[in-house]
Amino acid sequence: MPPDASRPRLSAPFRLSPLAARPLLAALALLLMFAVIVWREPRAASYLGLRLLLNFSIPLMFAAFAAMAVIVLGDIDLGLGPFIGLANVISARWLAGNPSLAALLLVLSLLAYAAMGALIAARRLPSIVITLGASFIWLGAGLLILPTPGGAAPDWLAALLRLHTPFVPLPLWLAVALALAGQILFITSPAGVVLRGFGGAPEALIRAGWSLIAAKSFLYGLAGAFGILAGLALTGINTTGDANFGTPYTLLAIAAVIVGGGEFAGGIVSPPGTVIGALILLLSGALLSFLDVSTDWQLSVQGGILILVLALRALLRKRDAHAA
Amino acid sequence: MPPERAEAPHAPLIRLARRPWFYAATGAVLVWLLVVASAEGRGAWATLGTALGFGTFYVITGLGQMLVIAAGPGNIDLSIPSMMTLAGYLGMGLMGGENGRLALGFLLAFGLGLAGGAANLLLIRLFAIPPMIATLAAGLVMQSVTIAYSRGSTAKPPPLLLDAALAHLGPLPLIALGALLLSAVMALLMSRSVFGRTLLALGQNARAAYLAGLRTGPAHAAAYLLSGVFAALAGFWLAAYSGGASLNMAEDFLLMSIAVVVLGGSRVSGGAVSVGGLWGASLLLYLIVTLLNVWTVSAGLRYVLTGLIILLVLGLSGER
Repeated sequence: MPPDASRPRLSAPFRLSPLAARPLLAALALLLMFAVIVWREPRAASYLGLRLLLNFSIPLMFAAFAAMAVIVLGDIDLGLGPFIGLANVISARWLAGNPSLAALLLVLSLLAYAAMGALIAARRLPSIVITLGASFIWLGAGLLILPTPGGAAPDWLAALLRLHTPFVPLPLWLAVALALAGQILFITSPAGVVLRGFGGAPEALIRAGWSLIAAKSFLYGLAGAFGILAGLALTGINTTGDANFGTPYTLLAIAAVIVGGGEFAGGIVSPPGTVIGALILLLSGALLSFLDVSTDWQLSVQGGILILVLALRALLRKRDAHAA
Repeated sequence: MPPERAEAPHAPLIRLARRPWFYAATGAVLVWLLVVASAEGRGAWATLGTALGFGTFYVITGLGQMLVIAAGPGNIDLSIPSMMTLAGYLGMGLMGGENGRLALGFLLAFGLGLAGGAANLLLIRLFAIPPMIATLAAGLVMQSVTIAYSRGSTAKPPPLLLDAALAHLGPLPLIALGALLLSAVMALLMSRSVFGRTLLALGQNARAAYLAGLRTGPAHAAAYLLSGVFAALAGFWLAAYSGGASLNMAEDFLLMSIAVVVLGGSRVSGGAVSVGGLWGASLLLYLIVTLLNVWTVSAGLRYVLTGLIILLVLGLSGER
């Protein structure tokens, strides 16, 4: 229950609702991190610097959107990373030589993801368990296709990811596009209201005549589609395939959604916040190398930034509860 | 709704089949028989002994994860694999391969477990961070401490510890015996003690438990602390059992610790646990790997079949 629902909207015009403040908090943290990086290495702010810095944000942003499509339902996907790995090996093995086979397999895996959502909805199974079981299947299928790392990216895919975009590099354009498209689909459009409703109060929507199975199939299908995009992006950047490449993305993607303002309870996500969350997690890895600290501590900084952002948010929430 | 004792009287067999641990335990027996049959009856007890040895680590980490999951929706401990590696490395490092410092290393692992659990709790309670992210973040910090420490340190266990980890009592590994004892204590605690009943009540309905005047705070805290301690001890023994700590020695345990809990019939939304099921699920998962190795199946197919079996068992045991 969002605390701002019961409060009159216009009583404090200069105060942001706590939900809207969350992505702003995340954006502030991102700017701060970027400022530190630029202070240590001014060339990071150049076109080429940004591009190198943000190269791996593309798969992470796609992965975060995949996680968001499931978290908006109040579900959790523990199989996303291995699924991204599967898309990575399918595309690395066949996309160059046998594109129709690769496309067929990718479409099949997308359908499998949607079917998983339908199964979870129809039998009212806990998502965490089903996606956990499925994670073994994705990883196994990936290893069956490429038992050892290998394969190659088709030239067009590698070229697409190296595309020289005007003004700012591709990852930033993609960030803006994803944030906008997500904001429209999940927040402002009528469909978005219904989809978020299924996370907040599914019984109410079912009673109003909406189909839970259709909603979950759609959102899990969407998660599958973003997962595939993340896998393709990995192929394009690494120009090789590895069934284990995707594994870290399971938790990184969930963390990006939550840092960006999402809630595990369902119904509350922020697409622009999720994009920012993904960039925060990416830069938290890079930050240390600019501060001349041993990369041994990189994971600590990542954990510390997660804690800091979420602790600040809890502080804001407390302040808000006192003010109300 | 308590999972057991609630049904009308049925034939004993049907009652048995409704026990939450039934499918995992049956599956484990079936797979073991298959392994024995594939080897034409040779090495039946040795297979079981090995499964019990490796299964022990799934069970011990599963016990901790089970307590945390029992505390209700959203509670989960993702720091278990990092805790294991940290305790394994620092424990072996402190002992430096000397038998005389065994107790010291063990105490360090125990203390690290408590500290890790306390760190998780601090983030969850004081900073109101969702458990999934709190334990993930704490786990990341532990992982990087381990990486930094692992440079140029000894990871080998003292000879005495190595012997103890590999010792057998008949076909039964000594560590499995220890885990059995621990499981018996935990099963008793969960079903009889105030702590266990409070934790289950908290998991079933936090508000009702609060209104009933139960002290849910300490039970919730104890679940996370015990999860940390169990993970640390499992890591300590695993490092000894496998002849030394390594950075990726526990990476399987993130998903496995959750898998054995839910496969074993504990409720994923909390409030109902099954310690017997943990053993069934741990042995099932390990024996599947053994069976597929006997059949010389590739790693990929092994994962696919493991996933299918998890989904099948969960589908059979129905909604929880």
